[in-house]
Amino acid sequence: MAYKNYILVCAGTACESNKGKALYEALEKEIKAAGIDAEAQLVKTGCFGFCEQGPIVKILPDESFYVKVGPKDAREIVHEHLVKGRTVDRLLYKEDKREGDPRSSDISFYRKQLRIVLRNCAVINPEIIDEYIARDGYAALEKALFDMTPDSVVQEILDSGLRGRGGAGFPTGRKWMFTKNTPADQKYIVCNADEGDPGAYMDRSVLEGDPHSVLEAMAIAGYTVGATKGFIYIRAEYPLAIERLNLAMKQAREYGLLGDNILGTDFSFDIEIRLGAGAFVCGEETALLASIEGNRGMPVPRPPFPAIKGLWGKPTVINNVETYANIPVIILKGSGWFNSIGTGTSKGTKVFALTGKISNSGLIEVPMGTTLREIIYDIGGGIPNGKKFKAAQTGGPSGGCITAEFLDTPIDYETLQEIGSMMGSGGMIVMDEDDCMVDVTKFYLEFTVDESCGKCAPCRIGGRTCYNILDRISKGQGEPEDLQKLKDLGHAMRKASLCGLGQTAPNPFMSTMKYFEEEYRAHIEDKKCPAGKCKDLLSYTIDEEKCIGCTACARKCPVSCISGEVKKLHVIDQSKCIKCGQCVTACKFDAVKKG
Amino acid sequence: MAKLTLDDLRKLRDEKKKAMSQRNAEGKRAEVIIGMGTCGIAAGAKTVFDAFLDEMQKADITDVTIKQTGCMGLCFSEPTVEVHCKDMPTVVYGNVDDQTARRIVREHLEGKSLVSDHIFDKPSTDIIKGAGK
Ligand SMILES: Cc1cc2nc3c(=O)[nH]c(=O)nc-3n(C[C@H](O)[C@H](O)[C@H](O)COP(=O)(O)O)c2cc1C
Ligand code: SF4
Ligand code: SF4
Ligand code: SF4
Ligand code: FES
Repeated sequence: MAYKNYILVCAGTACESNKGKALYEALEKEIKAAGIDAEAQLVKTGCFGFCEQGPIVKILPDESFYVKVGPKDAREIVHEHLVKGRTVDRLLYKEDKREGDPRSSDISFYRKQLRIVLRNCAVINPEIIDEYIARDGYAALEKALFDMTPDSVVQEILDSGLRGRGGAGFPTGRKWMFTKNTPADQKYIVCNADEGDPGAYMDRSVLEGDPHSVLEAMAIAGYTVGATKGFIYIRAEYPLAIERLNLAMKQAREYGLLGDNILGTDFSFDIEIRLGAGAFVCGEETALLASIEGNRGMPVPRPPFPAIKGLWGKPTVINNVETYANIPVIILKGSGWFNSIGTGTSKGTKVFALTGKISNSGLIEVPMGTTLREIIYDIGGGIPNGKKFKAAQTGGPSGGCITAEFLDTPIDYETLQEIGSMMGSGGMIVMDEDDCMVDVTKFYLEFTVDESCGKCAPCRIGGRTCYNILDRISKGQGEPEDLQKLKDLGHAMRKASLCGLGQTAPNPFMSTMKYFEEEYRAHIEDKKCPAGKCKDLLSYTIDEEKCIGCTACARKCPVSCISGEVKKLHVIDQSKCIKCGQCVTACKFDAVKKG
Repeated sequence: MAKLTLDDLRKLRDEKKKAMSQRNAEGKRAEVIIGMGTCGIAAGAKTVFDAFLDEMQKADITDVTIKQTGCMGLCFSEPTVEVHCKDMPTVVYGNVDDQTARRIVREHLEGKSLVSDHIFDKPSTDIIKGAGK
C-alpha cells in the first residue's frame, strides 16, 4: 500500500545545525508511537532555500509548509496533521500580505522561481539513489551512452546556450568541444566546488540536496570528451556535502553507474574527491588544478587553457557545480527547451543566495532575465522595516553594485556587465539606506587583499594601496585626489594582474565610485558619512533643548563618557566616546543626535 | 547490489516512479480531498482513503493527488470526498464507503462521468456556517 502522507524534513546545513536532526528523530518516534509508520513516510531532503525560516517541514500531498519547527512540535504535527488531517496553523508560514493557509507552491517566495538546477533539492532524499532515479535520474546518462554520439552531446550543449555558472560565463559546449577535439591518452573532468565567494552557498546546497545530478553530469562529460577520470574539488568546510557526495558515489558504483563498463557499455568513468583548504584563489581554475596536482594553489597564465592543457598537462574540462547540475536536464529535455528560457545571450536559470537587508533571505532560482525588482520585492518580500533600497551587490568581491535605477533591468551576463557589476557565482547582497558604500567596498577589498596569493605585483601591491586609500577615506582623512588615484590604480590592476582575482578586485570600488560618487565626496570633503556607518566620521551629541536630565543615557554608556547632574543637561565627552550608539536607544526624549 | 544493465535501470526507474508519484506535486490533473476530521474518521474515512489509494494503484493512475483535510462541516454525510478534476465541475460526494470510493476512481477519475447517486450538493459556505450555530 502506498503512503498517504509524506513528511519532508530539511536536512540542509542550516536546518541540521538548528536542531533539524533532533526534529527528524522526534518525528520518527512520534510516527511510530502513533502507529502510522505504514501510512506516513518521513523523508530527509536537501535545502528548501528558506533557511532563515528553518528548520522546514513540508507535508505532502497537502503542501503544508511549516517553518521554524522544533523537536517539541513533532507530536502536534503527527497527531493533528497526520492522524486527524488538521493543519497546525501556528507553524504555517504566513505572509504578511496574504490570507489563509498558503500551500508552498502559492508562497510568493516560490511562485516566481523556476527550479531547474534545484529541481530535486527539497524533493528527494539525497542519500537514496533510487529517489534520484525515480526523478529521471541517470536517464540522461543512459540517453547519451545509448542514443547519442559525443559529437551530438556537444552539439546539444552548444545549442542549449548554457554558459558557465562559476563566474565568467564561458559557453560550456565550446569548452567541451575543445577538450573533445584535443587528442590525448588521458583526459580529465573536474568539478569546481570551491565556492569561495563570502555569503554564497548555492553549490553547497546542490551537492547536499542532489549530489547525483553532478555525478551524472560529470559522467556525461567524460563520455563526451573521452575522459575516464573525474575530480571534485570541494572545500573542507563543507562536511555535509562531502559526506553526501561520498555516499552518492558509493551507491552509484554499486549500481554500476560509475566505475568500469557503465551499464554494460565499454565506457568507464570514476570520480575522486579532493579537499581544498578554503583559499579563495584556489577557486580560480589554474590554481585549482595546481592544487589537485599537489602543488601550491597559485594561478598560472592562460593560455594554454585547461580545456587543452590542464591537469598534469592533459586536456581537462573544468566546470562549476551549478553548470553541471543543468546538464542532465538539457540532455533529457533537449536544447530547444532550455534555449527557450532566459534572454538572448543568457539561457536557463541562475541560482542566487539572497542575503542582506531583505525580508526573505534564502536560496532562489530564477530564469535569466528576471529583474532585480522581482527578485527583491516579489520573491524576497522587500526591504524590512520600511527602509529604502539602495543597491544590490552581485558577483561578490569580484562584482559590483546594481542601483535603484536598474531595478527593472532584466538580469543576464551582459546587462550586469554593462552596468559595471557581474553575474558572478550567485551571491546577492541587498543594501538599504543605512549601508555606507565606502564601508561595504572596503569590506570586499579587504577580503581580496587578504586572499591575494602575492604572486604578481599589480594585485599584491595595487590591492593593498587601494585598500589603504579607502581606509583613509572612511576615517575622514581622504584627499580630493584619492578618487582619481583609485581609478588609475584600478585600471592598472585590471590590465596587469595575472589572474581573475587581481583583475576583478577593483570592481567593487570602480562600481560604487561610479554610482555613489557623492557619498565618497561627502566622506572626503565634508568628512561625513551620510549613512552614519563609518564610526570615525560620526559623533553623538545631546540636544540642549530636548534633554531633561533623566540620566538614562549616562547609565547605559559602556565607557561612562556622559556626564551631567540629575535634571540638568547631559554632555558627551567626544574624546572618550566609542560610538556604540547605546545612548540613542536609551534616551526616551529623542535628545541624542547622531551625525 | 549487483550492477545494473540498461533494462534493470529502466525497470527500477519505472517502479520507483510509481512509488513516488504521490509525492510529486507537479503535473496533477485532479485532486481528491477526503474529510478526515474526527467525525469523518469515526464514519470510516480511513477505509475510504485506503480504497482510493488501492484502486488508483490498480488503475495505474498517477496524476491524481489524494489529500486529507479536517472536518468539512458536513458531519451528517461523512465520510465526504471532494473531487476537483480539470474540465469538470467540483463535486462533493457524501456517505462514501469502500465501494463508492472505487466507483469514483473508475467512473469519475477514469471515465469522466459523475457518480450521481452519491453527489452531495455542497451548499454555499455561509449556509453551513449558519447551520452550525
Ligand atoms: C579568484 C577566482 C575565484 C574563483 N572561484 C570560483 C569558485 O569558487 N567556483 C567556481 O566554480 N569558479 C570559480 N572561479 C572561476 C573559475 O576560474 C572557472 O572559470 C570556473 O570554474 C569554470 O567553470 P564554469 O565555466 O562552469 O563557470 C574563480 C575565478 C577566480 C579568478
Ligand atoms: S592576481 Fe593576485 S591572486 Fe592572481 S596571481 Fe596575481 S597576486 Fe595571485
Ligand atoms: S555612543 Fe556609546 S560611548 Fe558614545 S556616548 Fe553614547 S553610549 Fe557612550
Ligand atoms: S537620556 Fe536623553 S534626556 Fe535623559 S539625560 Fe540622556 S540625553 Fe538627556
Ligand atoms: S537548510 Fe533547510 S531550508 Fe536551507
